[in-house]
Amino acid sequence: MSNQSHPSESHEPERLAHLFAVSRREFLEIAGAGLLIVATAPTSQAQRGGGGGSGPLETRLHIAEDGFVTILTGKIEEGQGARTELAMAAAEELRVPLDRVRMLMGDTDQSPNDGTTAGSGTTPRTAPLVRRAAAAARQLLLAAASRQFQVDRARLEVRGGAVAYADKTYTYAELARSPELAAAYKDALPAGTAVTDAKDWQVLGTPQVRLLARDMVTGSHRFPSDIVRPGMLYGRVLRAPSYRAALVSVDLSAAQKMPGVTAVRDGGFAGCAAPTAFAARKALEAISATAQWKTAEHPSSDNLFEYLKQHAKEQGRPRGETSGSLQQALAGAPRRLKASYRVPYVQHAPMEPRAAVAEWQDGRLTVWTGTSNPFSVRQQLAEALRVTPERVRVIVPDFGGGFGGKHTGEAAVEAARLAKEAGRPVALQWTRAEEFMWAYFRPAALIEIEAGLDAGGAMTAWDFTNYNSGAAALGTPYRIASTRVRFVESDPPLRQSSYRCLATTANNFAREAFTDELAEAAGKDPLEFRLAHLDNERIKNVLAAAAERFGWAQRRKKRRPGAGIGLACGTEKNSVVAVCVAVEVDPQSGVPRLLEIVQAFECGAILNPANLRAQVEGCIVMGLGPALREEIQFREGRLTNARFAAYRVPRFRDVPKTDVILLDRKDLESAGAGETPIIAIAPAIANAVFDATGKRVRSMPIRATRG
Amino acid sequence: MATIRFTVNGKARSVDTEPERPLLEVLREDLGLTGTKYGCGEGQCGACTVLLDNKPAFSCVTPVRAAQGRNIVTIEGLAEGGKLHPVQQAFLDEGAMQCGYCTPGMVLRTVALLESYPRPTDAQIVEGLNGNLCRCNAYHRILAAVRRAAASAEKGS
Repeated sequence: MSNQSHPSESHEPERLAHLFAVSRREFLEIAGAGLLIVATAPTSQAQRGGGGGSGPLETRLHIAEDGFVTILTGKIEEGQGARTELAMAAAEELRVPLDRVRMLMGDTDQSPNDGTTAGSGTTPRTAPLVRRAAAAARQLLLAAASRQFQVDRARLEVRGGAVAYADKTYTYAELARSPELAAAYKDALPAGTAVTDAKDWQVLGTPQVRLLARDMVTGSHRFPSDIVRPGMLYGRVLRAPSYRAALVSVDLSAAQKMPGVTAVRDGGFAGCAAPTAFAARKALEAISATAQWKTAEHPSSDNLFEYLKQHAKEQGRPRGETSGSLQQALAGAPRRLKASYRVPYVQHAPMEPRAAVAEWQDGRLTVWTGTSNPFSVRQQLAEALRVTPERVRVIVPDFGGGFGGKHTGEAAVEAARLAKEAGRPVALQWTRAEEFMWAYFRPAALIEIEAGLDAGGAMTAWDFTNYNSGAAALGTPYRIASTRVRFVESDPPLRQSSYRCLATTANNFAREAFTDELAEAAGKDPLEFRLAHLDNERIKNVLAAAAERFGWAQRRKKRRPGAGIGLACGTEKNSVVAVCVAVEVDPQSGVPRLLEIVQAFECGAILNPANLRAQVEGCIVMGLGPALREEIQFREGRLTNARFAAYRVPRFRDVPKTDVILLDRKDLESAGAGETPIIAIAPAIANAVFDATGKRVRSMPIRATRG
Repeated sequence: MATIRFTVNGKARSVDTEPERPLLEVLREDLGLTGTKYGCGEGQCGACTVLLDNKPAFSCVTPVRAAQGRNIVTIEGLAEGGKLHPVQQAFLDEGAMQCGYCTPGMVLRTVALLESYPRPTDAQIVEGLNGNLCRCNAYHRILAAVRRAAASAEKGS
């Protein structure tokens, strides 16, 4: 498991040359008969992954006889809004209403490999590909119409899926039949295809309710856990009682005697499948009762941060960078401050735990599952089940949340193994307890910072080390002459990987909380101190917008005991955020209560304002979880709070008064927005707690009673 | 095994089943009503919410035997003849979902809430829905949808 990667840097599945051969006929059944227009991605972009398409020529866009447009993408939908955004991009460039666009997403037999859906990559990398493909298609259709009408294309009008001249129109479907056009589709997408300027957008930039929303409110949408196949059984997998425990022996015979039950052991894996989930649980209980385990030592969350420091791989090659002469600058600084910050493990806990349905037919495997990484999961399945990837198809129905937590295919592999044994399709949904214990976690962080101020109260030296959690947003946006920023790997006690903005949240928590300490040491207002050190105009703009709406300057003058205000800002993935909060602190428990939050966010030209607002509001409340309560606890290889009753994620009662300001920069490229709005919540709260109590809090979850 | 009889979405149904199976699994596996979701199995998230004699219940911790002779409404039973229930319509109009996995439970919980409080205060909405989790944290828009549903019911009556 990679522990430091930016989500989009996570390993790419092996590139496969051939994606479509087997299922061309089936694709046509889905998209409707008609022509295919091909779009290509430059290889360099494809190799970067995370959103760029792949391979030399891939089918991206289809116009059917019924006039519907189908956009194909390897991206998936997990609530973040990619389905709607990419459909809007196509509708914009083809000048068709949004309801004329169908999306075919995350199907390894049908869609191009657009890499993992992660790292806020869909907006900056995949949406432009779709826009270019759709714009090129429109040009080809115009050229065909020009031939049909024998009129210069400049005199033609494109509207509602048709090309019009005088009182006559040709629909796209009619034009698509032209033989000249068919030849042109085989060519690569012309380089430099112009797309519509943001200021002229008709569909993009306008709020759209998500596609399939009606199916969500009627319960008819089929999530991965809702897929039903003929003769399907329900699976269960034997889990170790503790981390690092190894299966020594197990007796399957009692389970195998139960009606309709298949049980299997394969190396360290054991599981069963039965006609109902209830029967599968009973069978698993019988198996579990016979299992012998060899347990092993495992650290406890009680001394997690000491453990991470002790196991730091300083001798390895820490990632990071330096500028100026740090030691000299620190030694020469009239004021030096030093602090360390702690961020525990937390979990994504998506509403839908991992789920998969696997079906074998004639040596071919089809798996429906919720993953942000369909092509990688196909490869994982091929390797685990010892078949060639061409014989594996992964289909990703829109699934119930991921937040970076579903880059892998554990349930898919397990369901496939059980289905192979049973000779029938098998559905496997992890229990919440399994999801807590055996999914992966956002990495815990220990962060140490030392900084120096000159006589005028300006930052001159900055030494920042992140242990264990990652290098994302490691650098400081503030102007400081001498800096060293480092990420040092450790030996993580828990399985860790991506999470919404991954390490940025921890790095920003430490940086922004410490920046407040420096502002105080310099005798400056936290807002003024930041602005004085910032060159990034975009961060300055969001800071100013949030501070103005919040009334920062006026509220700094009006203080009352037990209440405080704080702010924080940050940048990551080409977007910027600033937050102001007001809190009250319970004097006994030290628990802060959020009274109000104002967040300003800017990510370039806004594609779907409704979805952007949803993502920003969602990030704010999700960020409150780890800031105020969430903390995975473990001892002797077991989680001690692996249930919603004990692991408190945000609920309705926790939702504060919220004001979101979205700055629309039509002059800038659109950046993704599902992550960065989470990064400034925790430090703003910590800073407000200091304002209220005079106590610096350097750990999450934030308590005025702890350091 | 036992034969359990109940009414589901207005239809009399009978299932031969282990009486201890969770109602959730009988609805999903035996009756094909997959709109009701598994979220936690501990009655802590509300994804499995159904109406049992018009009262919200966590079907994941309700053994099917407890539903004997009772009237169950699932998310599939709300719309009538293709026309959405006002609460469903309000959720759709507000775009009150992201991944949508919690939506059926939220909608049913709201239907029950508005039965008890046709004109709920914000505090009553928050208390009424607090047992239902949304990990996309679409809470602001769900609150807006509940207010909209209440307002539309008032207008309609």
